[in-house]
Amino acid sequence: MALVESSTEGHRSTPLIRWIKSILKTLGTLAITMLGLLFVTFIIGRVMPIDPVLAIVGERASQSTYDAVYQQLGLDKPLLVQFGHYLWNVLHGDFGNSLLNARPVSEDIARVFPATLELATLGVLIGIFLGVPLGVIAAVKRGAWIDQVARVVALVGYSMPIFWLGLMGLLVFYGILGWVGGPGRLDIFYEDLVPIRTGLILVDSAIARDWDVFRNALSHIILPAALLGYYSLAYISRMTRSFMLEQLSAEYVITARVKGLSERQVIWRHAFKNIRVQLITVIALSYANLLEGSVLTEIIFSWPGIGSYITTALLSADMNAVLGGTVVIGLIFICLNIFSDLLYRFFDPRSK
Amino acid sequence: MNAFNRLLAGAALGLALAVTSTSAMAETPPNMLVIANRIDDITTLDPAESFEFAGSDVSRNVYQKLVNFDPLDLDAGYQPDVAESWDVSEDGKSITFKIREGLTFHSGNPVTAEDVQFSLRRAIVLNKTPAFILTQLGFTPENVEQTIVADGNTLTITTDKSYATSFVLNCLTATIGGIVEKKTVMEHDKDGDLGNEWLKTNTAGSGAYSLVSWKPNESVTLKSNPDFYLGAPAMERVVVRHVQESASQRLLLERGDIDVARNLNPEDVAGVSSVAGVKILGELKGRLMYVALNQKHPELSKPQVRQAFKYLVDYEGMRDSFLKGQYTIHQNFLPQTYLGASDENPFSFNVEKAKALLDEAGVSGLEIEVGVREAQERIEIAQALQYALGQVGITMNITVGTAKQILARYRARELDVYLGEWGPDYPDPQTNAGTFAYNPDNSDGANATGLLAWRNSWDTGGLTEKTAAAAVENDTVKRADMYNEIQAEFRETSPFVVMFQQIEQSALRENVSNFSTGQAITSASYWQVTK
Repeated sequence: MALVESSTEGHRSTPLIRWIKSILKTLGTLAITMLGLLFVTFIIGRVMPIDPVLAIVGERASQSTYDAVYQQLGLDKPLLVQFGHYLWNVLHGDFGNSLLNARPVSEDIARVFPATLELATLGVLIGIFLGVPLGVIAAVKRGAWIDQVARVVALVGYSMPIFWLGLMGLLVFYGILGWVGGPGRLDIFYEDLVPIRTGLILVDSAIARDWDVFRNALSHIILPAALLGYYSLAYISRMTRSFMLEQLSAEYVITARVKGLSERQVIWRHAFKNIRVQLITVIALSYANLLEGSVLTEIIFSWPGIGSYITTALLSADMNAVLGGTVVIGLIFICLNIFSDLLYRFFDPRSK
Repeated sequence: MNAFNRLLAGAALGLALAVTSTSAMAETPPNMLVIANRIDDITTLDPAESFEFAGSDVSRNVYQKLVNFDPLDLDAGYQPDVAESWDVSEDGKSITFKIREGLTFHSGNPVTAEDVQFSLRRAIVLNKTPAFILTQLGFTPENVEQTIVADGNTLTITTDKSYATSFVLNCLTATIGGIVEKKTVMEHDKDGDLGNEWLKTNTAGSGAYSLVSWKPNESVTLKSNPDFYLGAPAMERVVVRHVQESASQRLLLERGDIDVARNLNPEDVAGVSSVAGVKILGELKGRLMYVALNQKHPELSKPQVRQAFKYLVDYEGMRDSFLKGQYTIHQNFLPQTYLGASDENPFSFNVEKAKALLDEAGVSGLEIEVGVREAQERIEIAQALQYALGQVGITMNITVGTAKQILARYRARELDVYLGEWGPDYPDPQTNAGTFAYNPDNSDGANATGLLAWRNSWDTGGLTEKTAAAAVENDTVKRADMYNEIQAEFRETSPFVVMFQQIEQSALRENVSNFSTGQAITSASYWQVTK
């Protein structure tokens, strides 16, 4: 929410001091939130009835091997000491190594997060560009056939299991029609052809001007992105519709109409302008949800993203990887919050 | 409305552009093998540490061993590999291997007896999980300098007892027997870890393939070694892609984007078997599905109760329904194709007989807990068993958990009943005899968590001694008889209800020849594959 200075002292402060204060406050909140998040995740990870040692040494290990790894992981120390040690390392930029694949967690995340980012961004763009107009039109034509269609589209989006829809999509568009690429981010022949700069294949291939790779990547991403886009579309269009209905029944809209403004101006210039702020929250939430990684979509489409990474790590008791992933997702939520806060200030004159 | 129309049109156009790669059936290049498999179990590529299925596949193709299996003739047993020949000393404790000349590592350096010495000693000193395969032969970190010794072109290993030569050599065919290049590995030694950290994600072998990349949960890419002593492999590049879902694997195979799908469920196997251009390869694997009864439980430890459970499994019903094609009935601890394996399967589903046995034991109104990991077929087996037990008045509560959760409790001897799988560690009968029928100290303090008999608190009686005796019997025929005898007693008395042996069904494009996942005794190999 917009920060509103209310103290008398606030009125006396210069804009610079207020700005610094506001930044400090935001950073403070960020730090406390992150600390809390880390602490809770860490404790849950340690008290879970999963044995991280067993995850590393395997079922057949002898007791001496087991004990050696147990000590190596520092599990013999008190929980708080373990957490302190972990925190110290994190503050030094070290998330530790994945217990399972022995690589630095930060390296793993740098590899899997762009895959999710690319997919979620495309997904949310589809959701916005289709969902917002659909919601607006459904509100304007309330009760008409387009409203009914929008309702069914949203209902199907809410209720259809993504797993089923994903598989059917693959079967039809990849298996039968051959219109899109199959599971995975690229066909195998195109892998490792362009140098990794951002980890976003569409961007990397565009930078390298390798349009074959770009087309191939696009043919692979379009189906899962459309699927995710569909789900966010369902949410965004329903929310847009209800925000718009509220505005359209407001007096200023009637006034605008009475003044003789065209319907387009009434809807887009007046009513829509007033729902932008609320819409930002909805879109930010939608985006954050997608960025968490849609585990099922990632599994069906063999998409090596952060959702399946954290899930695999969690099921294998790879707590370093889980904590690293949690920090990233926590940061995303916080950043999106800050970002939407900034947009609020931009769009809502009252918060200036 | 206009805006909406424009938007829809734009979206449709975007979609159409996106799918410009509309293609006919794809086909992988003729010199490339593309496999879909679940590879999320790979935790390390170091042969001294690797102990998972997908990791063993990589190792088998990247590292040579002293002796190895020919993928085109697995029944022939171990064959010379890095060792050209070997001699056994008179007392049967020492084996001297003559190292083959002219072998080179992927780096170009020659493979020497010293590299072999380093590799085996390293595996023992590191003492990672699979080290027991070697240390059970009497090697210890302290004695390796005397027991594993290179001399010029030969390497001599000396065991603590006169073990069956077949036992020792079979152990050396396991992943842990992989020969690494000393020079490269030691260049990456960190704090005396003998290059373990580095070898987890890199390779230094002399096998048919070298590692290009391993992206966890994503793919493993190998490239062929043109100097491989058996000839350059036809498949110059092998990509194993992690595809979790059976349905996704099937689609990829049907579209021709992959050559082999290794994890199809029975429905998808049935589905693709009728597709033109696809064939099914069924191989007996070593994995056994079994139920174990904790002998700490006062009722479950009664001999009649143990027997009764063996009559309460609907073996045929399950094989012919949900397990269709993926398992065969097998009631012995040695998988078929192993030395000493038995095909005696005396138990069948017989509720009346089970009831009579339970009455005889005076058991009624029993309530027990079974631990099962969350794998579809295991849960279904547990449910079938639950139903059958219900018919004789036993209530069985099913606890489903992740592999780690359930295993932790199983290893701590906490479960009443465990339902799960067991796969052999190396292709010698001792691997399973040594865990199912061997338990020298049944006390809690022994903490022998690696032994299944111990996990179920089962004092095996005389079977422990018989198992130990079979391991040192040098007459192979006699040795096989001994295992047969042990299994006959085991079937009747043990608290293990061995039910099924796995059949791995891979689906292949028709043009793929000679592909083998290694049957029950080893892992997948690619160098013999042609298209």
